[in-house]
Order: sequence, then structure tokens, then C-alpha cells
Amino acid sequence: MNRFAALIDALVYTRSRNGKLDLLAQYLRETPDPDRGWALAALTDGLDFPAVKASTIRALMAERVDEILWGLSRDYVGDTAETASLLWPEPPVPAGPPPTVAEVVETLSSATRGNAGPLLAGLLDRLDANGRYALLKLATGAMRIGISSRLAKVAFAQAFGVNVEEVEEYWHGQTAPYAALFQWAIGQAEPPRTDLLPLFRPFMLAHPLEDGTRLDLADYAAEWKWDGIRVQLVNVNGETRVYSRGGDDISAAFPEIAGSLPFPAVLDGELLVRGSHQGGEAGGAASFNALQQRLGRKVVSKKMLEDYPAFVRLYDVLIDGDEDLRQRPWSERRPRLEALQPRLNPSQYDLSEVISAPDWDALTEIRARARDEAIEGLMLKRRDSPYVAGRRTGLWYKWKRDPLTVDCVLMYAQRGSGKRSSFHSDFTFGCWNGDPDAGAELLPVGKAYFGFTDNELKWLDSWVRQHTTGRFGPVREVEKALVLEVAFDSVHLSKRHKSGLAMRFPRISRIRSDKPAHEADRIETLRALAT
Amino acid sequence: MPECSTWIRPEPHGIHVVPADAWIDPARPVERALVTHGHADHARGGHGHVFATPETLAIMGLRYGGAQHETPVAYGERVALQGGVFATYYPAGHVLGSAQILLEHAGDRVVVTGDYKRRADPTCLAFQPVPCDVFITEATFGLPVFRHPPIAEEIAKLTGALALHPDRCVLVGAYALGKAQRLIAELRAAGYTAPIWLHGAMERMCWLYEEHGVDLGELRLVAGAPKAALAGQIVVCPPSALNDRWSRRLPDPITAMASGWMRVRQRARQRNVELPLVISDHADWDELTATITEVNPSETWITHGREEALLRWCQLNQRRARALALVGYEDEDD
Repeated sequence: MNRFAALIDALVYTRSRNGKLDLLAQYLRETPDPDRGWALAALTDGLDFPAVKASTIRALMAERVDEILWGLSRDYVGDTAETASLLWPEPPVPAGPPPTVAEVVETLSSATRGNAGPLLAGLLDRLDANGRYALLKLATGAMRIGISSRLAKVAFAQAFGVNVEEVEEYWHGQTAPYAALFQWAIGQAEPPRTDLLPLFRPFMLAHPLEDGTRLDLADYAAEWKWDGIRVQLVNVNGETRVYSRGGDDISAAFPEIAGSLPFPAVLDGELLVRGSHQGGEAGGAASFNALQQRLGRKVVSKKMLEDYPAFVRLYDVLIDGDEDLRQRPWSERRPRLEALQPRLNPSQYDLSEVISAPDWDALTEIRARARDEAIEGLMLKRRDSPYVAGRRTGLWYKWKRDPLTVDCVLMYAQRGSGKRSSFHSDFTFGCWNGDPDAGAELLPVGKAYFGFTDNELKWLDSWVRQHTTGRFGPVREVEKALVLEVAFDSVHLSKRHKSGLAMRFPRISRIRSDKPAHEADRIETLRALAT
Repeated sequence: MPECSTWIRPEPHGIHVVPADAWIDPARPVERALVTHGHADHARGGHGHVFATPETLAIMGLRYGGAQHETPVAYGERVALQGGVFATYYPAGHVLGSAQILLEHAGDRVVVTGDYKRRADPTCLAFQPVPCDVFITEATFGLPVFRHPPIAEEIAKLTGALALHPDRCVLVGAYALGKAQRLIAELRAAGYTAPIWLHGAMERMCWLYEEHGVDLGELRLVAGAPKAALAGQIVVCPPSALNDRWSRRLPDPITAMASGWMRVRQRARQRNVELPLVISDHADWDELTATITEVNPSETWITHGREEALLRWCQLNQRRARALALVGYEDEDD
């Protein structure tokens, strides 16, 4: 438990992704089974002890610490587990050696509402303050230290020098403490079998097409890049799952999709919402904004289903029946997809069409004319490419629509973190809500923290320092005098923002120190671009 | 109950010793000031006549230039003030020259601790408990969550991080008076003999400590040093410089901070600290409560810090206590 506690502590204070990966990889390599597996599960929210709640901790503390002193301490520290770890009255001699993670998991799993308190107390008596913190965080399932399951998988791959896509694939069928996964990773066992479970297969991804590149359309097929969310549909043994890009199971949020794949297959497609909203053509796809209404819901109401009906636009087939097609070229998979699509309900599934263009110039022309709001750009897929996990150079490209730009005025800047901790690198900018010469005000329209070079960042940082008019913690308000050209993929109406607008992927494309602030764009200009 | 409330009065900007017409650690310029130690929230410039230990006077001289009149008071020396008040200074164990002040008048004994700690500190004399009727104690870390770990553990964390990352440097934020010198002295005591690098703001105070017999080993200034020379080295700077542009000249520094506040993870994260070192020059909760028990005054007055919790502890232990509402005493990054 002490090593786990040291890991938790180090992760709390490490901001860089690489730093976290190194710490995690080292822990996974050096810690024996089954502790490392349990730790991995704890870090990725895979552990749940129903008998242990925050109230269990509070009750333990109430028996040991004056209520007022507890309240004052809890208010100051701001976290129940941390307060308790610091306030726990340590026995003069530890009640025993520190428990292993496995012992902690075993003890807490067997706990009931009746004995959870005493069991937890027994463990706390054997740990120091950091150990107690890690224990209480683990017990209540609230790590919140910025370890995504993706980061954990990358660390796992790094620890054992294995391929992260394989880790993703095998991980899904396993339960903590992942003994089979570790056995495979250290070369002691065959990979765990995955073909009998409705498992997620890592997506094939695309590289951005560099400006000026021309591809031969004899080698590459073109499709629209739809602006929804990428999903994978898996049907095995009569069970269907809908997985998001990150491998999260989102079946519950989209029951109409999950319920309408009637045969065994693994399909790749884009989840979209029917577009009678937002002025989209009837039956077509609405913008991403409409889809957002359906995202992040654990249950979905009947009204939601009616107002925002979802469907999947199919891109690819990975597995058809019991036949794994991933090693076959795209040119073979595509006819298989087309052959299978008629067996699906057209109101839930359609096909992403292949765009026919005689040559590159014609395709460029087609891309330039595309103004459908559900289109993000073009996809170019090498006709002879297998379906491989991740981003592989030369196989798939995405060719996004040219970004839109607007001139904004810098309003606030916030200090970055990690390497950028001495720089103001998060910028909030606004547009005028009328004629600035007639007393109009700036309303914030977005926030961006990339798009600039290192030198531009230095310049921006020093500009911010010299033009600060107010400070709010890490945020500085600046003189409203610097114009930034902001590029973005699209802009949507939004009730959440005072300006009524929300940008997607805003980034600083140019510093327009040449332009006076009153010549920056107005809200209405931006609103006219809204989809 | 002692009658001192008639002759010693806590006012918002300091403690007023009425018959002597003197103030203890006043927050604004006064005619006669009794100063416990050199930290800026206790020792301010512009007083007419300052009574303090020679070390504290030297520190104040460095910061403000001298006062019009200075009376150096040695530890244990009993000084007669006007109005029949006697003041005796005792070591407080906080920083070089820090003192508790015992005031005697009309048979009452009042001790004002200033800031203090009970741990050993190679840069100053240890706190000495002084029997008294009224004990006016600080409460900076007056919450039971604050228990400072042994300093050797924290020093080991620092040298451990250094060994793990030979191409980076460890940049430690430490208050320029006291904390920095104690940190350096403890590193020396732990056998760290390499040069320790200083931010320019640290320099004069370190020399002052050396002049008072505190050996800090080889110190060098960061200014002008090539980046490569700082890899694998320890650099000490004021906390305000940690995330400042100044730190860009260092080779990929590991940001550390030496402070009692580092006990609380969120406080460390708010300051972008990667390596929190729980090192404090103040008494922690256990030291505060143990000191009150040991001194065993008939009344405890609690000031600057988290008074409420210590007040509650006194109540729970049937001790007469009150919280003073003094202004202007800051946390001082301690």
C-alpha cells in the first residue's frame, strides 16, 4: 500500500502527461501481482465497494475527533478523505505492517454496512498519513487525479513494451486484477480471447492531410467526414453494444441504435441526429450541436428520442458474422458493408456514400462547395488498406474544410500549467456587441490555448504582463487593445454563453497587433456564421 | 484571574503595553516598539525606538535601515521600561534572533510568543517555556490537520528528487528570512556539500546569517550562471519567484516549496508545486497544544492564525482562553 500511496502522491503533483506516464509505467513494471492490477483498476475507476461511503469515514471520525474541530479542519482542507487522513489518531505503535493493495481490496469487498467502519479503522491504524489518504480515496472510489483509462493503457503499453492498440483490445474483456493481461504483457501467456464477448476494437484513425498534398484517386477513395461522434457497433451472442471513440459503452444513451443491430457484426460509423432542427434538410443530419443534446445521458427520455432521433452513418465493417475482415483491404470490406446494409432498418442506419470525382481538382471543387453543416470535410481512404488500429501514415487522411476566422479582442489571460506555468497561455477573447465607437461592449466568445508558436507565446505573455488591468487569482484582465485572429471549425448558438455563441476548436491563428481594437469583428458577424 | 487586561490591551494593529506606552510588533509606526522577530509582518520600519534582540535589529537594519533609537536586548536580560514594566526576551526558536517577550507589571506575568516552533533548528536558539499568567500564543497552524513531519524526511525527499533527475534542477521556494537558511543548514547537516544556488533576493540575508555564525556552506548566485551549470543542482528562491519569468533561466526545474501549508494537497497544487516540502518555522498543532499544557498559564490569548480551533481545544481542556483579532499578520508563505 505504501508504494501505491507514493504513486498517488506523485501523480497528484505531476502535471505533465509524460511525467504521469513514466510514474505509472514504473509502478506497473515494479509492483508484483495482484497489487498492480488492483491499483490499475482503482486508478481507472474500476473498483467499487458499496459498503464504504463518505459517510463511513465521517462516522469513524466522529468517534475520534471533536465535531467542531473536524468541521473547521474539513472546511479548510476541502476534502473529506484528506482531512481524515491527516486527523486520524495514529496508534503509538502501528497495529501491524502496512496492508498490501490486495489485502485492502479483499477486506473492503467483504465488508458489510455493519462492519465497514471497524474494518476500515483497522486498516487506517496500519498506515501513515499518505497511506491513509490513498486508502480512503481507493475505498470511496474517488481518485480524481487525472488518469484517464486511455492514459493508463498507454502507460501499460509503455511499461511492458507492447502495442497500445492490443492493450485496448484485450483489456476490455478482463476484470481486475487483470492477471491474464499482465501475463500476456510479460510474455508468459497467449493474449486473452476476445471473440466471444461484445468487445470494443480500437478505431482506425486518420492523419490530417497537409496543405498542398495531392493524392491519386485511383489509390484513394473519398467520403464525407461527418460531424457527429464516431461509434462502433458490436453484436455478439445476441448482445449489442455501442462504443464511443474512447471505448466507453454508450449503449444506454442510444437505445434505438443498440436495439436495432439484429445480427452478429462489428461496424464502424458516425452517430448523428436527424436534422429537422437547425434548418438542416429533412431526413439529413443535423449539426453537432443537435447531437450534443443526446450526449452524456445515462437514461434517455421518450421525448429526447422523438426530438433528437439518432442514426448511424456506416463507414466500415470490421467483423461480419464470425469473419474478421480487418486484414482485408478497404476495397473488399466496402462491398461487404454495402451488402449488409439492406438488412438494417434505414431509419437507424444508412451508408456514408463514396464520392465519385474524376480527379483531384474535381474533388477540391466538391469540397469547397460543401456547406452542409454536418460535414466537417473529406476522408481519404487508401483502397488497399487493412483496418488497423490507430493512426497509420499513408492509409487514411482527413481533409477538413478550411477553418473560418474572425478578429477578436483579447480580454483575459490565464497562466498555463507545467512547462507553461510561467506563461499566460490561455486566452479569452471577445467580439463587440454593437458599434464600439457608440459605446458597445466586448462579450467573450471563446477561449484558446494553442495555435501560436513558442515565440508568439512569449510575445503574448509579455504583452499581457504590460497591459494588465486587473487580477483574479491566476487570471489577468488586460487592456482591450490587442486583436487576435481566431480560427475555428464552426460556431453554434448556445444558451450557456453570454454572447449566445459557442465555437468549436477555436485557436489563435494570427496576432493582429496591426489592427485597432475597434475594428475587430462584431457578434453579429460571428452569429451569421452560426450553424 | 489576572488583572492584566487593564494594562495590556490587544488593539487591531498590535498589543499595547499601556503603562510603558509601548507596542509589541505594531503594524504601523509608533514611538516605542518591542519587536519579537524580523519577519515583515512583525517588524515594520518607521518606529521611533525599537527594543529587539541584536540579531533582529540587524535584520531590520538590512531591510529598513536603522530606527532612530535602537536598544539591543540580549536573551534573558531584564529591561526596565517606563511605568513600572519590565521586559525580558527569551528564545522563540522561530528564526535567527526571534524572541518571546515576558512582560512583568504589578505582579502579573504576560508572555507574548511572537511566532515560535519547538523543533530543533540549527540556525537559532530553541524555544524556552516561560511560566506566566497570560500566554499570548500564535496560531498560524492552529488546526489539528497540521502535523509537520520530521524535517529529515522532507530533506530526503528533496535530495531524492535531485538524484532521480540529474539533468533537471530542484527549485525550492522558501521565505528569504529563516526558512531559506534553515533549509540550507539542514541540507548541510544531512551531508549535502555541493554548492547551493541562490536567487539574488536571498543573498544578503544569507550573509547576515553567516556573520552571526550560521555556517551555510558554499553559496552561489544564479545570476549569470550558464543553464548547464545548474543541472542537478539545488536552487533556492523566494516563493514569489517560483512561477515567475525568472525561473525560465533554469534547466527544466522541479518546482518545490518549503512550507507548512504544503501539508494540504490542494494548497500545493494551487501553487503549481511538484515537490511539496512540509517544512515550517511555526509550531504545528501538537506543538501548540503541548506548549500551552507545558506553560500552563491561567489564561491563553490566541492570535494571528486559525484562532477558532485552538480556542475550541482550550475549552475542551477546561482552559480559559480568548481569541484576539489583530490585523496585518500575514501567512508569509510559511
